[in-house]
Amino acid sequence: MTTTHTEENNKRVPLMKTIRENRVAQGLLLISPANIYLFLLMVLPLLLVVVLSFLSRGTYGDVVFKFNPSNYTRLLDPIYGRILFYSLEVGIETTVLCILIGYPLAYYIARAPARQRSLLLFLILVPFWTNFIIRIYAWIMILRAGGFLDDVLQWAHITQGSLNLLYTPTAVMIGMIYEFLPFMILPLYSSLEKIEFSLLEAAADLGAPPWKVFLRVTLPLSVPGIIAGTILVFIPALGMFVIPDLMGGAKTILIGNVIRNQFLTARDWPFGAAASMILMVLTMVFTLYYTRKAGFGEDLLV
Amino acid sequence: MSEKKPPIWLRIYTIIAYLYIYIPILILIIFSFNTMKLNIRWEGFTLSWYSVLFRDQDIIQATQNTLIIAIISTLVATLVGTLAALAMQRYRFPGYAASETLMYIPIVIPEVVMGISLLVFFVMIHFTLGLVTITLAHIAFNIPFVTLVVRARLHGYDNAIDEAAMDLGANEMKTFWRVTLPTILPGVLSGAMLALTLSLDDYVITYFTAGPGSTTLPLRVFSMVRFMVTPEVNALSTLWVLTVFVVLLIGQIVQSRNS
Amino acid sequence: MKIYRFVTLIALMVMLLSACSAPTPEPTSVPSPVPPAVSTPVPASTSASTTATATTVATLKAPTSKSLNLYAWSDYVPQQLLDDFTAKYGIKVNYDTYSSNEEMLAKLQAGASGYDVSIPSDYAVDIMIKQGMLEKIDLSQIPNFANLDKRFTNQYYDPGNNYSVPYQWGTTALVYDKKKVPFEPKSWADLWDPRFKGRLVLLDDEREVTGVALQVLGFDKNSTDPQQLKQAEQKLVDLKPNILLFNSDDPETSIITGEAWAGLVYNGNATLAYREDPNVAYICPTEGCGLWFDNLVIPKDAPHADAAMAFLNFVLDSKESILITKEFPYSNPNAAALDQFKAADPADYSAYMAFPGTNPSDDFLAHTVAVHDVGDATKIYDQLWTDFKGQ
Repeated sequence: MTTTHTEENNKRVPLMKTIRENRVAQGLLLISPANIYLFLLMVLPLLLVVVLSFLSRGTYGDVVFKFNPSNYTRLLDPIYGRILFYSLEVGIETTVLCILIGYPLAYYIARAPARQRSLLLFLILVPFWTNFIIRIYAWIMILRAGGFLDDVLQWAHITQGSLNLLYTPTAVMIGMIYEFLPFMILPLYSSLEKIEFSLLEAAADLGAPPWKVFLRVTLPLSVPGIIAGTILVFIPALGMFVIPDLMGGAKTILIGNVIRNQFLTARDWPFGAAASMILMVLTMVFTLYYTRKAGFGEDLLV
Repeated sequence: MSEKKPPIWLRIYTIIAYLYIYIPILILIIFSFNTMKLNIRWEGFTLSWYSVLFRDQDIIQATQNTLIIAIISTLVATLVGTLAALAMQRYRFPGYAASETLMYIPIVIPEVVMGISLLVFFVMIHFTLGLVTITLAHIAFNIPFVTLVVRARLHGYDNAIDEAAMDLGANEMKTFWRVTLPTILPGVLSGAMLALTLSLDDYVITYFTAGPGSTTLPLRVFSMVRFMVTPEVNALSTLWVLTVFVVLLIGQIVQSRNS
Repeated sequence: MKIYRFVTLIALMVMLLSACSAPTPEPTSVPSPVPPAVSTPVPASTSASTTATATTVATLKAPTSKSLNLYAWSDYVPQQLLDDFTAKYGIKVNYDTYSSNEEMLAKLQAGASGYDVSIPSDYAVDIMIKQGMLEKIDLSQIPNFANLDKRFTNQYYDPGNNYSVPYQWGTTALVYDKKKVPFEPKSWADLWDPRFKGRLVLLDDEREVTGVALQVLGFDKNSTDPQQLKQAEQKLVDLKPNILLFNSDDPETSIITGEAWAGLVYNGNATLAYREDPNVAYICPTEGCGLWFDNLVIPKDAPHADAAMAFLNFVLDSKESILITKEFPYSNPNAAALDQFKAADPADYSAYMAFPGTNPSDDFLAHTVAVHDVGDATKIYDQLWTDFKGQ
């Protein structure tokens, strides 16, 4: 008697109740909008690119459905190796300089009294929220021969002729740092802010000189911030081509340029797709390795 | 919080750093009043570029487009991203690792690659390029950032509060609305702000997914800077900076009144 | 909490504002019901007169579309012209821009649709016709076609003008500042002179720049010979120390500021520099220089083909055509417009005629060689360019 009764009950349990009681179902429900959306608009397009990378370029720059693995072998040519190497160089240089320049600034803000802190952060955010092309344009005006910097230095009698800074690798680096600095400062600040400064005071009280306190206590505790900042700077810097184009006089060619050129100038989409895949694989490998070693640093993004 | 004052070299360094950050902006603003069209040397003061700007239909259209795209994509991404963050921080389900990897793809993928893949995709399914495609693209890259930020906020969340609320008689839904959500709201808003910024400033992905009549402000600025570098660009930049300044300022004031 | 409400309020305000002034969405997927233009090749013999023939407007089909999507070079179509068009036909013009033929081709080849008029250069028109990307043009609907100087119609890429109508034309040659350069350059080879160290501005164009190297070596500018191209690349590498920057958008700026002393630029750039500095000279070097024609075309499946036809005819109107010349200093193929220009603005007209940028002499033109599409060899050029820049 009782078994039949329970069976009937089990059949009539409504869906909502199942969801409310089953945590797995709840989790799946919550994650599904994001999963579905990203699958449709991220995974599918990427799969198309993978397919595209194995096709061929038609005579007029169209895409021909002919299997062609040579797009990848073409990338083995030392030309591209050189470009990849140079792009990595630029990416690493930008990241390292951002860390060196941004760290003291982040430290100052983290240690500042609460009201000053809000103001200082606010001041960092204003240019950060301004369109980046506009900011690059401002630097072009400053660095060009006869531009602002030249005018000021000559007026102060520090230099005589023009510094001719624009269209040099130095100018490119100035632009890159300017662009990426906030991405480094904010995570650094976030992790520095979490440090209990009583810890530092305790270390100092125990007789450690300031530099030792910094090296042994502050720096290690801020590592999550450095990692998060590195990811936020290095990856976009790798694919960046606008700044070398505008401020470097388009004299250098980076991976981003190569890819962009394939889709525009050369109209060799399959080759561009192959190059994109390589770049993507590189960045994924880098991120996975880096985060596996030291955590993704998500705890500092608030 | 330590009351010790920072060393003098650090203070000087900070001032110089802020100067480095702000001098270009100041120069932009000053030169928006330059009479010289090619804007190479300072020649005289004028407000005319601002009136040119206000009569520029392309810019007005672009601004409208940019705002619509930014707001819609932010709203959708914030909603979807928050749900996803909750799922990932509090639940275990099959395919968890795959979901996490999926979530991180838009962050690690170079913008060029993402832009191109979306262009290829939309063309293949014969979806006309325009405001809709741009918005869809923006939502796609915004979701992971919102998720990341909200997850970070949830990470430090003490479930004991939730349990306490439920012990006091509230059911799950009520606990969520009255306790969880308000507590994670700063994280959600941070995520939303980040999404808004990314959308407003996006150039590469928008470039590939834009169609006729759907120019956005970054696209327009880019072509203005490359071709007709007149003080009109400076005028636009000045207004942009001022708007950002005012919005952030209001945000600050409201926030400080809250706490 | 308050921030939350604040943000929602702003969002609502923006939505309301945009709803008030947003243009009505165009049904871009369904082309407007316009009879497809029947192609009637224009026989070359109608080139006799340059004044507009008396085709009455009554025989022209009035456009029913309310908007036109124009896809053209940045800074190429005067706002005044667009406003005049809107005033005459009540058609709103959306002007989207690109900064190179390749950009336009890439987007249109990818399948981006919705554009009604585009302005590709000669070789791009060639590619587009071969790929069936263009609508045929019924010249009987474009009476102002007769205004054109017949030297510029019936070109290799579109004999009979079935698909395109000339817009502006120009040259790509050597510009230099007479005051800054210590000698008088006569050939491209002069650019390799060590006195030009860090003083050259070149178009960021792999075909034009490689073309210069090929010509200096005595080869054909449109060569597809890998050996010749290899040598050309080496020649370019030798030039590298002299190059200050590559810039296809506003190379004249660096000439005007004095950062660059000479370079390879479009005639329009050279003329703009000349307007600021009368010491600027523009010559066609002995090895040869470039020639280009930009043309109005109607991409296939244009949603407002009727408006497009009206636009093509409108642009060729002599009064409207002068607006282009006044604002953008390229060369105008519209003979009737130039006549009117001469009558209305004799001072500006003589300035136009005097400078080789806007009015190259026959000798200048005799040395021009246009860039042609090289088909599969494009890969070699691209690889060469990547390699050269990467060094």
